[in-house]
Amino acid sequence: MRWTCAAQRTDTVLKVENLSVSFVTRMGTTQAVDDISFTVETGKITAIIGESGSGKSVACYSLLGLIPQPPGRIDGGRALFHGQDLLQLKPAELRKIRGRDIAMIFQDPMTCLNPYMTVGKQLMEPLLYHKNVSVAQARTRALELLEEVGIRDPASTIDNYPHQFSGGMRQRVMIAMALINEPELLIADEPTTALDVTIQAQILKLLAELQTKRDIGVLFISHDLAVVADIADQIVVMQQGRIVETGNRDDIFRNAKHPYTQKLLHAIPRGGKPVELPASEPLVTVRNLCTWFHSGKTPVKAVDDVSFDILRGEVLGLVGESGSGKSTIGRSLLRLVKVTSGKVHFDGIDVTALQGRELKNLRRRMQFIFQDPFASLNPRRTVYDTLAEPLLLHGLETRATVGAHVLKLMDDVGLARAFVRKYPHEFSGGQRQRIAIGRALATRPEFVVADEPVSALDVTIQAQILELMRELGREYGLTMLFISHDLSVVRQLADRIIVLNRGSVVEQARTEDLFERPQQAYTQQLLQSIPGRGLFGEL
Amino acid sequence: MNTTTITDIAQAEQGTSLWRDAWLRLRRNRLAVFGLAVLLLFVIIAILTPWIAPYGYAQQQLAIGATPPSAAHWLGTDIYGRDLLTQIMYGGRISLAVGFIATAVALLIGITWGAVAGYVGGKVDAVMMRLVDILYALPFMIFIVLLMVVFGRNMLLLFLAIGAVEWLTMARIMRSQVQSLRQQEFVEAAISLGLSPTTIIFRHLVPNALGPIIVYTTLTIPSVMLLEAFLSFLGLGVQPPQTSWGLLISYGAETMEEYPWLLLYPGLALILTLFSLNFLGDGLRDALDVRSAKD
Repeated sequence: MRWTCAAQRTDTVLKVENLSVSFVTRMGTTQAVDDISFTVETGKITAIIGESGSGKSVACYSLLGLIPQPPGRIDGGRALFHGQDLLQLKPAELRKIRGRDIAMIFQDPMTCLNPYMTVGKQLMEPLLYHKNVSVAQARTRALELLEEVGIRDPASTIDNYPHQFSGGMRQRVMIAMALINEPELLIADEPTTALDVTIQAQILKLLAELQTKRDIGVLFISHDLAVVADIADQIVVMQQGRIVETGNRDDIFRNAKHPYTQKLLHAIPRGGKPVELPASEPLVTVRNLCTWFHSGKTPVKAVDDVSFDILRGEVLGLVGESGSGKSTIGRSLLRLVKVTSGKVHFDGIDVTALQGRELKNLRRRMQFIFQDPFASLNPRRTVYDTLAEPLLLHGLETRATVGAHVLKLMDDVGLARAFVRKYPHEFSGGQRQRIAIGRALATRPEFVVADEPVSALDVTIQAQILELMRELGREYGLTMLFISHDLSVVRQLADRIIVLNRGSVVEQARTEDLFERPQQAYTQQLLQSIPGRGLFGEL
Repeated sequence: MNTTTITDIAQAEQGTSLWRDAWLRLRRNRLAVFGLAVLLLFVIIAILTPWIAPYGYAQQQLAIGATPPSAAHWLGTDIYGRDLLTQIMYGGRISLAVGFIATAVALLIGITWGAVAGYVGGKVDAVMMRLVDILYALPFMIFIVLLMVVFGRNMLLLFLAIGAVEWLTMARIMRSQVQSLRQQEFVEAAISLGLSPTTIIFRHLVPNALGPIIVYTTLTIPSVMLLEAFLSFLGLGVQPPQTSWGLLISYGAETMEEYPWLLLYPGLALILTLFSLNFLGDGLRDALDVRSAKD
């Protein structure tokens, strides 16, 4: 049965009532989703917002029978899709609906496409599986859709393999794949989280357009209120498996009732730090820096002829999209990658020429904070070992005295002293990033490179870590290079900002100037891509 | 407030934690403790054999020939009237020594070689691994025979020959482990702290590769013991009247139909050792994986 006939169409495409899902493990039962109800209407976008562990994904996946059972267990509730309860369907019946009437878009376009199949074949697969069409018809349809989602020259790219597409293009392909059977409900699970800001803005725009044009319902899952600010009609805020607030967009953004929603709204980075730029001499000078990677015949020019200064005591923001070379610059300054040519001076010392003992001594004075707190801590070492290591290495403490210093560091980064014997996996992402910050600050460095230190964290945690970095920066008198793809995050911390594109400096200005009077077209484009910008412009 | 600070520091000062924590966890795993106890018992018996063995290992009683287990010979005698218990005890000395020492040699060389190749990468890696490939390509038997011809036959050579073959696989496993681990940011963090490559390899990389190392070790020890039996059988390893478990089993297998105890008891000794090793290996792997901690 199909419900494409307009006469039979109801306004509500999906109605979830009192859904409860729990996970039963040896450790006990966890209530992942607790008695939630929401609706998705035709031609409207319903956004489910929540931080990791809030049950937002579990709720949506359980509708389509996509959670493993056991350990998952649907405790009760109904999910009416055109009057048919999805939760009561047999797997075979559900399979027919999945991909045909309800389609999904996943978070990571890199892993969701099969690397050994051409894009065209993957696009045609759901069509050939669900509908009785010939290969030629399916191919025509695939071409039309690629065109529709904004792939340039689909006729020549349809037979390419996924790795030949960029991240944004792959997400477009994923969207095309989801739409190819003309579903009535589209479930998008963080579809833009893995993408650059400008690409994110394009994909959000595309989704909104397609949804209006095709008049379908969209269930949009995200951890980021700002992302859905421009597109959502209805917003559902979840916390710890429960819905704490539901409302239309204006309700949520203008008069949020629940304290958690207010906290989320408050955590959206906006505004800058007060200007308190001391006139001082440069601590780090970078001249004509080139860092090229050699793979194949032509070198990849990750960083190409970049020059700038970092003044003592300032926070310099380095902004760019993936592939802009921003991380490579940070790594080049600390000699974590080999510099091809150019000079980096730190306090008058030529960093690029140092070897052995001198390099080790310099490493005490400059440190790195990494993006992913899950990968940057050795999983087999306790917090104590991790924090003690730099102190012992540089002879700042002896084995007998290091304990007190470690505990002092724990205090500084806001971790309870009792946690000192625990291993990294026992901590949350935010706590781990605190440990990593503690390790970087252990030797009291003068200069710290922070490479996307908050981009792997939930929004509320993000705000806490930024606050911590601001405090510690002041307390330790740090000079900082703050690398991020997110302009609104950088704005909160940086005194000056450098915008990078494809390994070169596009624009360099004081933070306020850059936001108010961007000179270059690329900077303007970046600023316009900040999610929720329209909304906060009004506020 | 003051007291908590003092206990915090006291707690904090208890040195490197991974091994201590692992030992605490291992002690709670009954099978692993059983395995460790059996292995220790066997090793102690092997060391004390010359003093506690009921008979001399070359002592024959041709008059009685092969007899089933009795009060005088608990596990019976072989066709030359030699006491089987004595033979198993002396054989254990050889087998355990070959098993543990050759494996230890293989581990030491393999881990270091593989870790260095994987960590340094580039041309060094290419040269080191090509050497491994060349050694792999040499037919093992020719290699051994060659060694025997050049150096004559002795036990030390046996360890060397077996070790020289077994480390190759370990080196490859270690290299691939290190290659994937070194991409992780905690290694970069260690570099940016100023740690030397040696410290990074042995403090940060090797502990994270312990799982595969332990699994491979528990597989290597038995295979080394069997390899020794094979070599001895060909006349390249241990020679009578000296013996080993491998030899006892292969002789026992020949006379299985008339004198089953000659196969049964040496076989049991080997099986018990291998089981214990596996239990201990599994236990160690779990104990060293801090993420599996249930407390």
